[in-house]
Amino acid sequence: MEFAELIKTPRVDGVDLHRPFMPTVEGTLCLTGHHLILSSRQDNTEELWLLHANIDSIEKRFVGSLGTIIVKCKDLRVIQLDIPGMEECLNIASSIEALSTLDSVSLMYPFFYRPLFEVIEDGWQLFVPEEAFKDLESMTDEWRLSEVNKDFSVCPSYPSLLTVPKDIDDESLCKAASFRHGGRFPVLSYYHKKNGMVMMRAAQPLTGTNGRRCKEDEKLINATLCAGKRGYIIDTRTIAVAQQAKARGGGFEQEANYPQWRRIHKAIERSNVLQDSLIKLVEACNDQSHSMDRWLSKLEASNWQSKVKEILTTACLAAQCIDREGASVLVHGTEGTDSTLQVTSLAQIILDPACRTIRGFEVLIEREWLQAGHPFQQRCAQSAYSNGKPRSEAPVFLLFLDCVWQILRQFPCSFQFNENLLIMFFEHAYASQFGTFLGNCVAERVKLQLSQKTVSLWSWVNRPQELERFLNPLYEPNNLVIWPSVAPQSLLLWEGVFLRWNRSTKCLDEACQEMVHIIEYNKELQNKVNSLRRQLAQLETEESPLQTP
Amino acid sequence: MEHIRTPKVENVRMIVTPRKSTVGTLYLSSTHTIFVENSEALKETWVLHSLVYNVERLPANSSGSPLIIRCKNFHVYRLLILQEKDCLDVLACLTRLSRPERYGELFCFSFNPNLDKELREKAWGFIDLKAEFSRMGIPRNLWHVTAANHEYRLCDTYPSELFVPKSASPAVIVGSAKFRSRGRLPVLSYFHRDTGASICRSSQPLSGFSARSSDDEQMLQAIMKSNPVSEFMYVVDTRPKLNAMANRAAGKGYENEDHYTNIKLQFIGIENIHVMRNSQQKLIDVGELAAPSMSDFLWGLENSGWLKHIKAVLDAGVFIAKAVAEEGVSVLVHCSDGWDRTAQACSVASVLLDPYYRTIKGLMVLIEKDWVSFGHKFSHRYAHLDGDPKEVSPVMDQFLECVWQLMQQFPCAFEFNERFLIQLHTHIYSCQYGNFICNCQKERRDLRLKERTHSLWPHLWENRAEYTNPLYRTGHSQTRGVLKPLTTAYCFKFWKGMYSRAEKSVASYQSPADCLNAVREESQQLEEELSAHQEVPRETDAGQETCPTEGKENFRGEEEVQQVV
Repeated sequence: MEFAELIKTPRVDGVDLHRPFMPTVEGTLCLTGHHLILSSRQDNTEELWLLHANIDSIEKRFVGSLGTIIVKCKDLRVIQLDIPGMEECLNIASSIEALSTLDSVSLMYPFFYRPLFEVIEDGWQLFVPEEAFKDLESMTDEWRLSEVNKDFSVCPSYPSLLTVPKDIDDESLCKAASFRHGGRFPVLSYYHKKNGMVMMRAAQPLTGTNGRRCKEDEKLINATLCAGKRGYIIDTRTIAVAQQAKARGGGFEQEANYPQWRRIHKAIERSNVLQDSLIKLVEACNDQSHSMDRWLSKLEASNWQSKVKEILTTACLAAQCIDREGASVLVHGTEGTDSTLQVTSLAQIILDPACRTIRGFEVLIEREWLQAGHPFQQRCAQSAYSNGKPRSEAPVFLLFLDCVWQILRQFPCSFQFNENLLIMFFEHAYASQFGTFLGNCVAERVKLQLSQKTVSLWSWVNRPQELERFLNPLYEPNNLVIWPSVAPQSLLLWEGVFLRWNRSTKCLDEACQEMVHIIEYNKELQNKVNSLRRQLAQLETEESPLQTP
Repeated sequence: MEHIRTPKVENVRMIVTPRKSTVGTLYLSSTHTIFVENSEALKETWVLHSLVYNVERLPANSSGSPLIIRCKNFHVYRLLILQEKDCLDVLACLTRLSRPERYGELFCFSFNPNLDKELREKAWGFIDLKAEFSRMGIPRNLWHVTAANHEYRLCDTYPSELFVPKSASPAVIVGSAKFRSRGRLPVLSYFHRDTGASICRSSQPLSGFSARSSDDEQMLQAIMKSNPVSEFMYVVDTRPKLNAMANRAAGKGYENEDHYTNIKLQFIGIENIHVMRNSQQKLIDVGELAAPSMSDFLWGLENSGWLKHIKAVLDAGVFIAKAVAEEGVSVLVHCSDGWDRTAQACSVASVLLDPYYRTIKGLMVLIEKDWVSFGHKFSHRYAHLDGDPKEVSPVMDQFLECVWQLMQQFPCAFEFNERFLIQLHTHIYSCQYGNFICNCQKERRDLRLKERTHSLWPHLWENRAEYTNPLYRTGHSQTRGVLKPLTTAYCFKFWKGMYSRAEKSVASYQSPADCLNAVREESQQLEEELSAHQEVPRETDAGQETCPTEGKENFRGEEEVQQVV
């Protein structure tokens, strides 16, 4: 298909661009296969380059021959284009609609994007399971790397290499896989160096109504326990939801069959209700005429903050079992691709200081989200302005980022990165020039040949020029486990995302700059003093022979 | 001491969180409740009696009698006392001691920080309102000090020195005072040098349904004329219009626009002290919920109405600041008596208008001017003495919170930090210093407070390092000019540092401000070390004549050393 067929009017002059808290820009609007561009053709005026993939929905209205298109983006921004000429406006609108809803992945921009920078370090190689396993091997010999899923036939949503207990052979893994939803048998998610406890993740067991059991599954997870020790199974669903799942063939681990495990149910809601929550929240944030009562009541009704609290609470629980109780943990919900990953990845941020560095955080996203099979393409197909009936869209990843932001805000000195990195990941998960978030699992990515045909987000972020923007000046590496408060008064609305386009951030940005200045000045002084001290010491040693005749 | 039956109780358990508690000894002195932990560190917790809001005894259980001490600064202490009799004694004693009946019983009269007479007097002179009015740059040809309130003859709740338009004759001044509730006539609160517009304040006029006073009308005319470039002035009635109208039935009310020439009347809708008192109580209850869900919390926050009221106060300030700075129009602000909402609106507007009030000293000056000198009823509002509970209201709390909300939007604009506001809040209630005792200047003079108590301001000033915002830098754009905050509902936040004391003490948060302050302190030490090192070349080689002098600019230490080598 040629994009040109979809673009009836590629160019309109005299278009006004209105953005909240920014001056109106008048210029020429151009449509390309992947971008909407507004250029004023004046120096020093910012151009607008908007990926069609970033457009969530549009609205059009007409006053006489002046048409207006309201463009609502997946990054939550809303812009208005005033276009002279009814025909032009209609053409532009229909092109945008068509181009922003292309079905075929291979027509997406990442397949056409050619980087203007030199790729020094290929981001597709950021996380290599074999190397991660070497690290694990240096700490424990209880685990092995299994190739049982090398052709993705045992579990289509898992990667080809998986870390499993050493004593469990591939045949047992296959049997355990047939007992778990989507073949997602329990695999290692995290090894806690401090006490050797582990966190595993899986999908729900397929016990069904007649209480099916699977000896291999039981053996598999028991193999992660030390002799005489009990472990915890954290089911992210309430007991009622887990019970209901039995009717559809799912279920939960029965005490009788898993006597060494204590099961705890939490109440993280399934992904399908999350989309509605996001839509309500953004609607509340975008209405500036709300009275205080109405705003607070809408914020409450959106339920977003409750979800943040619930997810964080569950992650804290998992981390507590591992670090404080000295017990191993298995986490799962239904499919094991959404709430499960929220919990396992947040628990690692709490427990493992490495995840709080930029690289460690990227690896965490690569390992616990992309390779673990979170269906990014389905979940991020639409954002808060989708007006159609949601299919499998859900802001699961955004909620995770929100939770990370909450921890970051409570521990502003413990993260190497700042809020901007989280916001950037949110943007790229929904629309990007990079191939990283395309596809729903490793198998799909391999089939799409993403690593050959597209550029990885990590290749770009990890360049020193880009990294600077994402560095937290207050970072002081520490080896602590950080326990966030989950009290409602400690959890705030993530303004950086939800109010981003609804206020000016000038004063807040200035505060960040000020912070950087203070820290940099201190470093500069330290360097000067240190070099002076060295030279003084040198001087003294050189002078001393002279003083003793 | 006659109220203390049991000065010491042993084996008392202080419950910090449901899981954490410590055992120690409880002592009762005439001024404080002191809890000393039995641990090796002998950690002490001191609770000032005058800060105690109420003491509640819960039914005894198998482990003892629980006692909850709630403080006016929202600290809550939970004690478990073994013997019920001891618990009852402590309860009776604290209940009595936390409700002094006479000023003489207040802590400020026994508090002795070991200052000699001279230093004490000097301390009271630390904030000088005369200096403040001259700092404003008031044109002497348009405004002057009237002697009309000498010895508080005209209005006993005003300061004795009042700034009024020079064109207002003594008769007009007296006449206007007679036409205003409690004689609180329109006088200058703040003069904005950049536009020549001013903020004046008063109480409501005694207009009823039809009464008028040509003196009062002339007074307003004189205020308007004191701003030569403007053709009208605003009268901001900070009350909801309905309340203002209801007041007419009692012979009070608001200015009739037909009688006053060139005024524009604006109602703002800040609720009265009773609404605010109830609202804050609901907010405190939200803070005290045990393990609330997010919905409980957000619903409680909404239901309290607190942030709505904070928004109303800030909106009042924004309206006034905009009129004065952007339109260049003078504003007269009043409510009913002109000592609560009026003080809030004037002082919030002043903070927005003038960067000076965003400094540590400036905020002290502002509080001294708009609140202390103009007769805000501190002792009534903050229940310094056992009295009418209906007089109590968190008026000042709201002002401090408005400043805090502004700090969230303008992180570099304020010299002080959140701790400063919280410290001010505590001292408004604590009665440790004399500054906020009584309800007006006349009462303070009659009690000879300056001779018998100490002033808080120099104490805070000496400790200003603790209250400094590391992001504040003179010369930064946010430290200049007028602040224009956004007052959309979503800009307002729950003030956790104030209302969730317990939550804060449990978790060990990292505070960016504290980190930055530590870094800045270190930088300062490094600077000192550097300038010390700069002397080095001079000392090690006397032959070198081209030594760097002092100052940061001149820092070439490394090169100098290299030359020597």
